[in-house]
Amino acid sequence: MSATEIPYTVEARPDTGLNNVKIGIWLFLASEVMLFGALFASYIMLRVGAAEWPHGSHYLSVPWATLNTVVLISSSVSMVMAWASLIRKDFGKYRLYMGLTILAAFGFLGIKFIEYSSKFAHGYLPETNTFLAIYFTLTGLHGLHVIGGMLYNLYLWGPGAKMWKTNPQQFINRVEVSGLFWHFVDLVWIFLFPILYLL
Amino acid sequence: MEETHHDDHHHEELGFWRKYVFSVDHKVIGIQYAITGLVFLFFGFCLMMLMRWQIAYPGRALPIIGGLLGDTRMPGGVMLPEFYNQLGAMHGTIMVFLGVVPLGVGGFGNFVVPLQIGAPDMAFPRLNMASYWSFLVGGVIMCLSFFAPGGAAQAGWTSYPPLSEITPVAGQVMWLVGMVFLITSSLLGSVNFIVTIIQLRAKGLSFMRLPFFVWAQFVTSFLLLLAFPPLEAAGFMQLMDRLLDTSFFLPSGLVVSGEVLAVSGGGSPILWQHLFWFLAHPEVYVLILPALGIVAEIVANNTRKPLWGYKSLVYSVIFLGFMSFVVWAHHMFITGMGTVMSAFFQTTTMIISIPSVVILTVLILSLWGGSIRFNTPMLFALAFLPMFAIGGLTGLPLGFSSTDIHLHDTYYVIGHFHYVVAPGTIFALFAGIYYWYPKATGRKMNETLGKLHFWPSFICMNLIFFPMLMQGLAGLNRRMYDGGEIYAHAQPVIHLNEVISIAAWVMALAQIFFIVNFFLSLKTGEKIGENPWRATTLEWAAPSPPPHGNFLTEPVVYRGPYEYSVPGASEDFSPQFDEAAAPNSEPVTA
Repeated sequence: MSATEIPYTVEARPDTGLNNVKIGIWLFLASEVMLFGALFASYIMLRVGAAEWPHGSHYLSVPWATLNTVVLISSSVSMVMAWASLIRKDFGKYRLYMGLTILAAFGFLGIKFIEYSSKFAHGYLPETNTFLAIYFTLTGLHGLHVIGGMLYNLYLWGPGAKMWKTNPQQFINRVEVSGLFWHFVDLVWIFLFPILYLL
Repeated sequence: MEETHHDDHHHEELGFWRKYVFSVDHKVIGIQYAITGLVFLFFGFCLMMLMRWQIAYPGRALPIIGGLLGDTRMPGGVMLPEFYNQLGAMHGTIMVFLGVVPLGVGGFGNFVVPLQIGAPDMAFPRLNMASYWSFLVGGVIMCLSFFAPGGAAQAGWTSYPPLSEITPVAGQVMWLVGMVFLITSSLLGSVNFIVTIIQLRAKGLSFMRLPFFVWAQFVTSFLLLLAFPPLEAAGFMQLMDRLLDTSFFLPSGLVVSGEVLAVSGGGSPILWQHLFWFLAHPEVYVLILPALGIVAEIVANNTRKPLWGYKSLVYSVIFLGFMSFVVWAHHMFITGMGTVMSAFFQTTTMIISIPSVVILTVLILSLWGGSIRFNTPMLFALAFLPMFAIGGLTGLPLGFSSTDIHLHDTYYVIGHFHYVVAPGTIFALFAGIYYWYPKATGRKMNETLGKLHFWPSFICMNLIFFPMLMQGLAGLNRRMYDGGEIYAHAQPVIHLNEVISIAAWVMALAQIFFIVNFFLSLKTGEKIGENPWRATTLEWAAPSPPPHGNFLTEPVVYRGPYEYSVPGASEDFSPQFDEAAAPNSEPVTA
């Protein structure tokens, strides 16, 4: 690795008021909005064009999904708390809240696993009909995002936390950026839940 | 290596692999992108030259090469229809996604943008490396698909379902997986470009002092960032269709080979077209904007006067970027999506032609009264202008839903968009190579060989694509295995097939001059200093080739990008980075 210094990796550029990573993550999220936006748009187009469209609750379990919504929203709260703890220089609290966020992600995936298994057990597969196809595509892609966010949080909780000693500001930035991604993943679910389960 | 002697940025010596292969330096990555892109361009061109044999001489055995391609492709040297379809689909895919975009955005963008804004590197060097490798993996998967059972994808570069869902599985799946890698690559690249341009501009380099090339890359990056994800979503859905038997794009009751397809149905082929063109129309501007940026740089440099209407250029390119997201369905006028939709999209299409014309007009008017230097980069840049104009103007009848009915899916369409991309964008990319080669290598390319490359290419390009416009107006359909031979209405224009094919093969010969020049000039080219073209933008403040970290001293910008022939200045160019070069430079605050 060379010693070329890239400016504004940690501190903000005065005239833009932002550091590189902050802009980067927002741009990435914009692209994610387009990705899920296209899938939502496809959902609408398929549903509008369908001769019949099942009510979500016919195939899916609303109670499990409601529980999952609570789990995921709570994890967003604990994610903010983790970041805020770092700002208040309380590393112990950070470990606690970040740990809770990761646990909630595990919980979400566990519940999702129960749901998927019961679909498969009933023979409800992506090929069964277009509703289930878009259900598995949307929740599957969302699930991959949960896994991705969780793994990065796990890194920040474990080995990545060493940076708190060497470069606290950069570490806080990383947690903040990871948080932004996590809130986005949460937000996608807030849209998925009603359109797939309730409508 | 030589460059380390000049290097006053302290860094430990990197090994060969880290320096030239797994490099995080934007210049190395740019050159990797450019060379890979050029190789893919050549490969895509070869596929087309094979196709042109079948179109010019349908059913005749191709000597020597035909026999080498094997019985699954060209038994006895005669091309199979399946192989013809593979060539067509892969030519389009390779030229667009593996050739022009990687060269224009990945190559020139990576190499030139950080230099032009006075940055030491891109904002995220490691993402940059990941972007290149993701691109390469995607490209290799695409090319390997020729060896898959049933061959490569054969449903056109657009991969329209239901066709793309009933062709052999392996080739199409590899196409889709390759595409996911390419989309990942362009996502990483575009985030990097935007952040770099916003954050790493040198002191004094305000947005309205950015060279137009940087503006073009900036807007291009937004298009890549926001238009590609819908195709990724569509790609996932088509993968689901092919691998998990869903029916996103398969309607109920579809009959294939006399039997109703055993799928749940209820899907929509039009949905794919919407998602595909939502990417692929902005993609047209991804192809053309870097080219416009390159031409603007070279025109200003070789007319020795400021660009006429820099601000019009900038505002036009921004407006064009926005508009390019709302014109996609003009590719779908004859799908039966309805007249209301058609009316909307033909209106937006006419609106988007305005900024395009403004940009072209600005570039042409910039020539007025200049003392033009006719060097090789300028020849290519000058040729770009009328070629792009023909491409643009021939697009108007396709943008109107009524005239499109006659022209849709004919050779006219092929002639139209190739005028934009081949003698248009690719000429601009050649111009860029001749123009920035000295910066990358420290040596100029040979002028004589450059002109020997330019003139035959220019003539052949027109001999290839102009007859296609004529064929299309006569009603000759594209994508015909026999070149349209059996159709009565095609007879008056069918002889042009041979003309076009011969012109294509002659043009291939002309590229030999370029290839020889490219390698020969590395050793024998005229050695140059920092600023061989006497240009004004920041990349010419760095040594040639620039060391790791780019600039020996931190550059500061004192004026706009194209201050040529400033009254009262001692030279006919006043570089952005040279405070004393013009009498009235604005002092930099902060």
